Amino acid sequence: MFYRENGQFKSSYSADQAIFPIAQDRVFVIGILLVAFCVVPFVINEYWANAILIPLLVYALAGLGLNILTGYCGQVSLGTGAFMAVGAYASFKLVGFFPEVNYLILIFVSGLVTAAVGVVFGLPSLRIKGFYLAVATLAAQFFLIWLFNKVGWFYDHSPTGMITVRPIDFFGVRVTGPEATPAAKYLFTLAIIATLTLTAKNIVRGRVGRSWMAIRDMDIAAELIGIKPLQAKLSAFAVSSFYIGVAGALYFGVYLGSAEPLEAFDINQSFYVLFIIIIGGLGSILGAFLGAAFIVLLPILMKNLMVGGFGVASGTAGHVEILLLGALIIFFLIVEPHGLARLWQITKEKLRLWPFPH
Amino acid sequence: MAFDLFLLEVVISGLMTGVMYALVALGFVLIFKASGVFNFAQGVLALFAALALYDFLAEDGWFFAVFGFTLPVWLAIPATALIMILLAWVIERAVLRFLVKQEEIILFMATIGLAFVLEGLGDLLFGSDVKPLDIGIPQGASDWLLDNFNLYVEKLEIVAAATAAVLVTALAIFFQKTRVGRALRAVADDHQAALSVGISLDKIWVIVWSVSGIVALVAGIMWGSKSGVQFSLSLIALKALPVLILGGFTSVPGAIVGGLIIGVGEKVAEVYVGPLVGGAIENWFAYVLALGFLLFRPQGLFGERIIERV
Amino acid sequence: MNLRKLTGVAVAAVLALPMFASHANAYELVIPTLDYRTGPYAPNGIPLANAYSDYINLLNERDGGIEGVKIKHVDCETGYNTKKGVECYENIKNTAPSRALAIQPFSTGITYQLIPKSAVDEIPIFSMGYGRTSAANGKVFPWVFNFPATYWSQATALVQYIADQEGGMASLKGKKIYLVYHNSAYGKEPIRTLEALAEKYGFEYRGLPVDHPGQEQKATWLQIRKERPDWVLMWGWGVMNQVAIKEAASIRFPMDRFIGVWWSGSENDVLPAGDAADGYLSGAFHAAGGDFALHDDIRKHVYDKGMGAGDRDRIGEVLYNRGLVAVMWTVEAIRNAMKIHGTKEVTPAMVRDGFESLEVDEARLAELGLKDFTYGIKITCENHEGPGRVAVQQWDAKAKKWSMVSKFYDPLREITAPLIEEDSMAYAKENNVTPRTCS
Repeated sequence: MFYRENGQFKSSYSADQAIFPIAQDRVFVIGILLVAFCVVPFVINEYWANAILIPLLVYALAGLGLNILTGYCGQVSLGTGAFMAVGAYASFKLVGFFPEVNYLILIFVSGLVTAAVGVVFGLPSLRIKGFYLAVATLAAQFFLIWLFNKVGWFYDHSPTGMITVRPIDFFGVRVTGPEATPAAKYLFTLAIIATLTLTAKNIVRGRVGRSWMAIRDMDIAAELIGIKPLQAKLSAFAVSSFYIGVAGALYFGVYLGSAEPLEAFDINQSFYVLFIIIIGGLGSILGAFLGAAFIVLLPILMKNLMVGGFGVASGTAGHVEILLLGALIIFFLIVEPHGLARLWQITKEKLRLWPFPH
Repeated sequence: MAFDLFLLEVVISGLMTGVMYALVALGFVLIFKASGVFNFAQGVLALFAALALYDFLAEDGWFFAVFGFTLPVWLAIPATALIMILLAWVIERAVLRFLVKQEEIILFMATIGLAFVLEGLGDLLFGSDVKPLDIGIPQGASDWLLDNFNLYVEKLEIVAAATAAVLVTALAIFFQKTRVGRALRAVADDHQAALSVGISLDKIWVIVWSVSGIVALVAGIMWGSKSGVQFSLSLIALKALPVLILGGFTSVPGAIVGGLIIGVGEKVAEVYVGPLVGGAIENWFAYVLALGFLLFRPQGLFGERIIERV
Repeated sequence: MNLRKLTGVAVAAVLALPMFASHANAYELVIPTLDYRTGPYAPNGIPLANAYSDYINLLNERDGGIEGVKIKHVDCETGYNTKKGVECYENIKNTAPSRALAIQPFSTGITYQLIPKSAVDEIPIFSMGYGRTSAANGKVFPWVFNFPATYWSQATALVQYIADQEGGMASLKGKKIYLVYHNSAYGKEPIRTLEALAEKYGFEYRGLPVDHPGQEQKATWLQIRKERPDWVLMWGWGVMNQVAIKEAASIRFPMDRFIGVWWSGSENDVLPAGDAADGYLSGAFHAAGGDFALHDDIRKHVYDKGMGAGDRDRIGEVLYNRGLVAVMWTVEAIRNAMKIHGTKEVTPAMVRDGFESLEVDEARLAELGLKDFTYGIKITCENHEGPGRVAVQQWDAKAKKWSMVSKFYDPLREITAPLIEEDSMAYAKENNVTPRTCS
């Protein structure tokens, strides 16, 4: 009843090719953005910013990046943690070198650095496929983390190898460190992510994105119709790594504030982001956000329910939490193997007919 | 000590460690071969098996609490094997049968979910303390070799190597000579063709998960005897991954050969190259080594050649 | 349909959130703990957490809290994971009514994470003997306390012990002392100190890193077998400890020349190695064993009432006692804060003052039922590390007991002080902190 596109006529190609051709979708997305930008910053507190919303956004961005590579181009990667580390360390060093340059530019450059590293480690993808490639990207994971942990230059020779973010002002507003207000941190992250999401959406529906999908669906066939696998695969690695690098810079700078490579960027981080896109939906921008919501929020919800709601001992709750998380992952995969994004799409289809299903 | 003797020692240690990795990798291979599932839960299966085994043996376990006595080792191992078979059946009933024909990555994700469930369950049932596992495997260096040849070889690892040899032989016979084994190979070749000649896929999956559950038990015993049974045991799966790519996901001999190459490679690198660059290189070196092999054989040393048709 | 169900769950959970804020009428002292009863380091986290919980229960049951004010224990499960630690911290820091009085992260990663926040949130961090060593400089880190001894002090103490066995500091010359360390921020802590010591006393130092989790250390121990160092030190954690002790035994490295940091010296670490671990040494700043008067009180007032957090027969394990001493000092700091500020309704900022002038001498320890359990401490504005004294304990595999085999060594401050000064000043510069003056 509410979600029906009758009466919405398109009189030009550009209208037909809009990101949200259906008015209701447009209204819905604009509504969410309005709330996120204009309402949330006024009601946000430290718990919601540091423990929930900022990690959610950062992981959604990392998921977006991995989804470009894995979901759109079909190259499974388990090097996400290391690529996030590249972004984080690049931003750390750059802020040290150029303290007066705008933080946004430095984050952007960190993304570019990560993209370059991503391309180098993407080279084996020209020859290796499937799970073999996934495990090969682990070489990147372990090597880069080792490097950041070993070479003193990367962590400014601090005695423990830990890096800590410097207090940084963005146009006069503090966005990192403990003195930054929750609203400032949140808005800074949100603005970057909103922009990059829009960009990603446009890349994947353009020529480049279509060449990625062709490679994903059948690389030999794609080659036969004139798509260069070298260009397509490496550009996917580059764009994906750029996103992941920016996510890493935000993860270190805005979210955690300090990091040691073996803990913050270890292999679990890679798996974590992979879970996000599989649960959310491979090859879907929305999926990265839904997946991040599932993986980041669900454990917190379960913990708060069990410990706060039912008074379960926190240790036991920890065990039950991981058990339930596993069970829910299996449950959702059985219900809808193509992820939460697909589930959302099915819901929309149903809504078109609702309340008269025939 | 002569230099060459030390090199020999490093190589032998590498081979032995490689066998220990191969034990974990074998479980991956079995499941991947028969069902195309990359079973991320293999490490947790090993942990779970070792926890169950400890439970039968120890006086602070459930078994003792319920029945008032503990099992001797020779009974506890088959009992644990039974548990693993039961677990395989449950996994097939509750998870796999709903995911037939899904993409590889979805099945992979499902096994991660499974790993989480088993991890939480293991902790809830058995607690997360370190449990010393002693089933009578000799520990420490072999005194005879050390005294006579000044050569250091770990006894536990000799046992592990012998066990692995027996295990691989048994698996080879099982695959080649038995009816079930032949059915397994048929399924691995072509699911649909196998179904059409009347092989039950459900049954095959239960069998192959049971077998790899038992392999996990062996791996759990070996690693658990070494470090005590604790959560970290599940992380050895990561050490098996380079072995797996190097050997090929579908080859039992590949797992063994891959294990040996990785074991020797990483030890030699760590001992001879490590000191020059600050050490702790063995983790990434294993992957780089595997990657090097992959560039020449993209399907692993013994993997089936990937034939692509448009 | 499924989406609706999910939304239902989410709504229910959000509604459950406010249940946190309790509306107690009487004032309560909030002592939070960041526990890890899950994950790879759970075997070590459990006794620490149990001790915290038991001591707080004891005070509430026996004395009605601290000076008659009930303690509210809030725990949060981190799994030794920094990200979960952030969530936990944000969740518990403002717990009504007193807010979190002091944070004990029991994790190097989480400590580093919280140090900058402590000054802004005005909640003291008590990272007992771990975390950022240079936080010992109270001028730069007014909100962080890491007494009774840092890793750097401990490194100097262990080297002094070695010197004593070898016959004086002069005989260290030409000796080989190797360090096997957990390849993380925690494990790297002693490297600078050992390098400085090696330079000064002329022994040969080499570090051998072991990656997390550390189940495979063959390459490390083969190198030790080849190069035969005179002494091996270990900064290990979790499964790494058990494997290292077994490997050392296998290559027949003498156990009484193998010294672990105090996190590598608990029952968990030596028991899996069985008899092979006999004679293994580790650093310590408190006694092991469960026969102190305080332990009896815990058994009587907590376990007999069925409120014990762990197994009765595991009271007195090394890590349990470590948890006890940590919570004891925290409670004494709160008591001290009450005294200084003349109120029983203390705030975190007052507890910081309580920490900064904390003095728990031997007489007070005896009153607490911990006679000869550890040494007396006195904290000042400049020195948040306190005495920095460390002894060496030895494992007896037959009796399954740890016992002290040395005196408490005073740290070599001429080595550690410049290092602390350098690192804390670097922090101050990077974070625009103006060191305060203490007088």
